[in-house]
Amino acid sequence: MSPRMIAAALALAGMLSAGIGAAAVPNGKMLFDQRCAVCHGDHGHGGVGVPLALPSFLSSVSNHYLETTIRLGRPGRVMPSFSSLDKAQIQAIVRYIRSWSPGPEPTFSQQPVKGDPEHGKQVFAQHCAACHGTDGRGGRGTGVTFSRPRNLPIIAPGLNNPGFLAAASDDMIKRTLMHGRQGTPMVSYKKMGLTLADVNDVVSYIRSFQKAQHATRSANVAKEPAVLVFDSPYGLEQTVKNIQHAAVGRNFRLIRTQHLDYGFVPAAKENPHQVIVYFCDFDFLYKALAVDPRVGLFLPCRVTVVQGADGKVKVMAINPKRLSHLYNNAELDRDCDRMYRLYKDIMEEATL
Amino acid sequence: MRQWHKLTLAVMALAAFALAQVANAEDLIMARSQQPFPEAMLALQDAITHHGYVLSRVQRVDVGLTRSGFKTDKYRVVFFGKPAQIRELAHDHPELIPYLPLKIAIFAEGNQTVLVAANPHDYDQFFPHDHLRALFAGWARDLQSIMDEVRKGN
Repeated sequence: MSPRMIAAALALAGMLSAGIGAAAVPNGKMLFDQRCAVCHGDHGHGGVGVPLALPSFLSSVSNHYLETTIRLGRPGRVMPSFSSLDKAQIQAIVRYIRSWSPGPEPTFSQQPVKGDPEHGKQVFAQHCAACHGTDGRGGRGTGVTFSRPRNLPIIAPGLNNPGFLAAASDDMIKRTLMHGRQGTPMVSYKKMGLTLADVNDVVSYIRSFQKAQHATRSANVAKEPAVLVFDSPYGLEQTVKNIQHAAVGRNFRLIRTQHLDYGFVPAAKENPHQVIVYFCDFDFLYKALAVDPRVGLFLPCRVTVVQGADGKVKVMAINPKRLSHLYNNAELDRDCDRMYRLYKDIMEEATL
Repeated sequence: MRQWHKLTLAVMALAAFALAQVANAEDLIMARSQQPFPEAMLALQDAITHHGYVLSRVQRVDVGLTRSGFKTDKYRVVFFGKPAQIRELAHDHPELIPYLPLKIAIFAEGNQTVLVAANPHDYDQFFPHDHLRALFAGWARDLQSIMDEVRKGN
């Protein structure tokens, strides 16, 4: 192909690409409705995600903070990384969010705040750790949800989160400490009885979280199989009974036992060799829903017993540990790990 | 003529590259409906049917929780699929069985409703078969379209 033709191809591809961009002229409201409203609410009043429209929030964060947060998310704290959005799209979303603000965008110095992190650690333990956790990991739960009773209007953010530390400048953190956030439990340094020197020390301590090593769960989880499978030495019917017995023995309540194609074909034509046993521990479920209401995707707990054409029987289940990454919720990861162990225990016992 | 063929291929490759750059796959497919739960639930069931799927059953999670003494708002899981597709997949790829049929969790949040589904694009890494890739992509498109339909209140 001649250089001229390559140039023509590149120009045409460029036009195509620009056309795609032009077709998707960043419309902040539209993008927010599509990507953000499901968690933050249509008008930013919160839901699974934090209430972005809170005036004291918008008056204390920069556009850079919002943009970086959208781009990087908060690893392990539900807010995903929207790495697929381009810069213009992210800026459009931020302009839309900023339109709720009664005042202009605040500006912050990018200079580091100088303080004594060791003393900051002590102040933090005394005044901040109750909400933000001893190591700054943040409050429990996923934010505001109206699905069930909550006793806090907002969950304390994870200050040791790499996404937060990349988004927030020292000056921004300092001003939040100085002014607090009206409408949330975050009060000003004066109400906490701190001095400006204390504030600087706390900011230095928070910044020191950046040096901490974060566990790379995602890399470990990626090695997990997507499906847990055990061979059963028993017949199909006995294996189903064993699964039911093992589940009940671990405080699960049996919900129903049905064929895989139940509801898709007339009952008489259902395949009897693929049997699903559904069960639930409502106490565990309730706690998991409080951690992340989206966990319903795992519901109800289920083990499937399958008899192949060769007559061999297998028991199978999804691997909750492998799927835990879907939620980007470190707290839920622990529940997924527990569920993984329970599934394995049930399946092992049933096939012993 | 041959040079035009090469040019067309080059343009197609570059266009595909450009499209790939704007393609997006999140881990979860989610939507918020401004309708209250009962209306959104009906809209979801309609949307599922419009997209050629059969609704197999609805798990009433909130009912189980309430019976166990917990306070909760409406929370359901809707199971659906295409009967022939489920039969064939269960036969040809039994490892997929625990992921069948498809499901969407739907729950009330105040007077609005939130819907969540796992993005089947993720299954590519679980079950790396070329012929399943198109299937998962189709499911992902359908789930997104179903969510959009409910979100827009159609």
